[in-house]
Amino acid sequence: MTTKRVMTVDDSKTMRDMVGFTLRSAGFTVIAAEDGRQALGLLAGNPVDVIITDLNMPVMDGVALIRALRADPRWRALPILMLTTESDASKKSEGRSAGATGWIVKPFSPDKLIDVVNRVCG
Amino acid sequence: MTTGHFDHLKATYFQECGELLDSAYASLTALDEGRQDQDTIHAIFRAFHSIKGGGGAFGFDRMVAFAHVLETLLDLVRDGRIAAGAPVIALLLRATDALSDLVAAERTAIPAREGFEDALLVELAACASPELAQANPIAQPPAREAPQHTEDAVLYEIRFTPHVLLYRNANEPLLLIRALNRLGETTLCVDLSRLPPLEQLEPEHAYIGWTMRLSTSAGPARIEEIFDFVSDQCDLVIEPVEAVDRGRGTQSAAVDTATAPPPPAPRRGEAHVAPTTVRVDVQKVDRLVNLVGELVINQAMLVQLGALLPPDLCPELVGGLATLSQHLRELQEGVMAIRTQPVGSVFSRMPRLVRELSAQLGKDVHLAIAGEGTEIDKTVIEQLADPLTHLLRNALDHGIETPERRIAAGKPAQGTVRLTAEHCSGRIVIEVSDDGRGIDRERVLARARQRGLVPQAATPSEEEIDNLIFLPGFSTVEVVSDVSGRGVGMDVVRRNIQALGGRITVHSQLGTGSRFVLSLPLTLAILDGMIVAVGRERYIVPLTNIIESLRPKSVDIHPVVGCGEVVAIRGDYVPLIYLSRHFDIPGAATDPSRAMVVVVESESSGQVGLVVDELLGQQQVVVKSLEENYGAVDGVGGATILGNGRVALILDVAGLRGGQMPATSGAGRSPNLPSAPASPAAVSTIH
Repeated sequence: MTTKRVMTVDDSKTMRDMVGFTLRSAGFTVIAAEDGRQALGLLAGNPVDVIITDLNMPVMDGVALIRALRADPRWRALPILMLTTESDASKKSEGRSAGATGWIVKPFSPDKLIDVVNRVCG
Repeated sequence: MTTGHFDHLKATYFQECGELLDSAYASLTALDEGRQDQDTIHAIFRAFHSIKGGGGAFGFDRMVAFAHVLETLLDLVRDGRIAAGAPVIALLLRATDALSDLVAAERTAIPAREGFEDALLVELAACASPELAQANPIAQPPAREAPQHTEDAVLYEIRFTPHVLLYRNANEPLLLIRALNRLGETTLCVDLSRLPPLEQLEPEHAYIGWTMRLSTSAGPARIEEIFDFVSDQCDLVIEPVEAVDRGRGTQSAAVDTATAPPPPAPRRGEAHVAPTTVRVDVQKVDRLVNLVGELVINQAMLVQLGALLPPDLCPELVGGLATLSQHLRELQEGVMAIRTQPVGSVFSRMPRLVRELSAQLGKDVHLAIAGEGTEIDKTVIEQLADPLTHLLRNALDHGIETPERRIAAGKPAQGTVRLTAEHCSGRIVIEVSDDGRGIDRERVLARARQRGLVPQAATPSEEEIDNLIFLPGFSTVEVVSDVSGRGVGMDVVRRNIQALGGRITVHSQLGTGSRFVLSLPLTLAILDGMIVAVGRERYIVPLTNIIESLRPKSVDIHPVVGCGEVVAIRGDYVPLIYLSRHFDIPGAATDPSRAMVVVVESESSGQVGLVVDELLGQQQVVVKSLEENYGAVDGVGGATILGNGRVALILDVAGLRGGQMPATSGAGRSPNLPSAPASPAAVSTIH
């Protein structure tokens, strides 16, 4: 099995490190971006198997990123997971209608994260 | 997750909290000063949101609860439901203080006084009321899901009918079925009844449905969880068919399916790979690197001895040596890879520096960082912090103008400083660029002349003028500022970078900005080199510098006044450096047409032809520091031990060339180029 590549998009280094470490230790390759714009830039040269994005970010937030990805035929079938919080219900549904595949509610356990990522990218 | 790494994550988190709190303070201050734009409010919200998000992951519940209340209040301000008046800002500032204390309490593991934040919570609630009362309760960190142990496996029938637009969110039914299969053996029946004729089929629509039978002890909640992400895009029915007793097991489970389900065993853990990170003391790695280095020397020695044997004497030995070389190379690469780290660890310290400095200098500066994932040797990373800090200070202090001046010059009020890293043919290139005022060459040249760094008569090229800023004791700023500009900076930066085996060059355009380019080796320990002979000495030329080697015809060699000699290569003139003269070696070839010319190039010096007697072959060499064991010598980057036990010096190409440029006019005679003393080219620095 080839290693699955995951891109984590979050303005918080803690979250990037946390997601990155958890998934790397589970055998994924992880690349990180700080906001939507950077993610789009990185994606051009580094196709990934799944994207995990925060919703609240500067420059280009998660919902805008999801919209941009779904508008591009290359990324239409790319699984996208949103990192949400319980209090984020409206953002979550916004992300959902923009085309997010699923979500992970913060805070999450490492097992939960790995489980969800495996669920959407096989 | 190893405890060690968890501590590391925590440390990162606390560092980030510090930065986030700083930015919250800065934004609150901006609000207070009347900059009530949406971005500022958003930035404060994000700061609290991020502190809360990370804190939740570490289980800092008390702090998270407080941050949550702050976040909720900010959300109301953001939506315009509460005006950000002076009392609210003052409250938020006090609350930020308290949050800062709560973060510190978690960091130091000394709990804050009981009820310390209660009064503030009441005030915040009163401020946000009545909305706060309706706000969602804080999410508690989920307990690890306890495996639901039911004694009996249950056979479920799952009828899953996707809506046509299921694929719109990139959900994939096959993955859902696989996930079900992990809970227990699944049999399925495909429903093609909704599939339209081909001409009406929309390729991106979902038409197929499934009826599945799953025997599992995992419980219905786990099955529903699998369908979480599609629950709003399908019709789903999950029903138990009958309870299956574990003991009686399979027979009755297979009531009406052709395949008999095996005893149900939850295989959930299967996809999880155990954490594979090990924390190792750097000294142990260094020891390994050194040992591999010695091994490389040994291997080179063996290869040399092997070459002395008649080839047919023992072909196995020759073959074995070749295999050894190859494995050793892989071993070396593997060991070196252990030492590499992303440059992000040093880049991440810079935003704070820029924030603080720009506030101090009254400038508005945005720091854009890219390529922080680029990996480089740990030693290099550690020694990069100082030079980078210095370059950024310089960019902010000397490069970026004040907002008023920028606007007057037709630029955006906010200046941009870029910090980027990328791999580039075996090296790492780090750039610090700004869109500030650029280098004023006239002033630089005037100052250099005034200080006697450049002879009055010399007319250096633009590039040479730019490089004058790297000279010791050079400064064009009349008023010494707090931040930088004592004129002791850039030469130290250059020395630091050179000590790392790197180069620094500057490209600048007056009025539009400057770009400092640092080119660094990926590792300091091992180098691919070409061994050349000069007289009885051996030198190593780094392969990365070599363009080509040739034996020129004597008609192609031309003397040039003040510059020694040049060789014509396909219409280009390349200056020649005689290594025998440079290093004062007797008995070397003096006629290039009877010797060899190795054309080398470095970022800063352009092409140069090195005149040597002979090329002896290429080899990986272990770099030993000359500085540590002897002292710095211009033109020499280090030393190594050859296979035969002799010491050879590793040439520093830019340093050799540097000896011929005005940029290094230190104390020095010119032993190798007896040209007119007025010429800047006649300065060399062999100490």
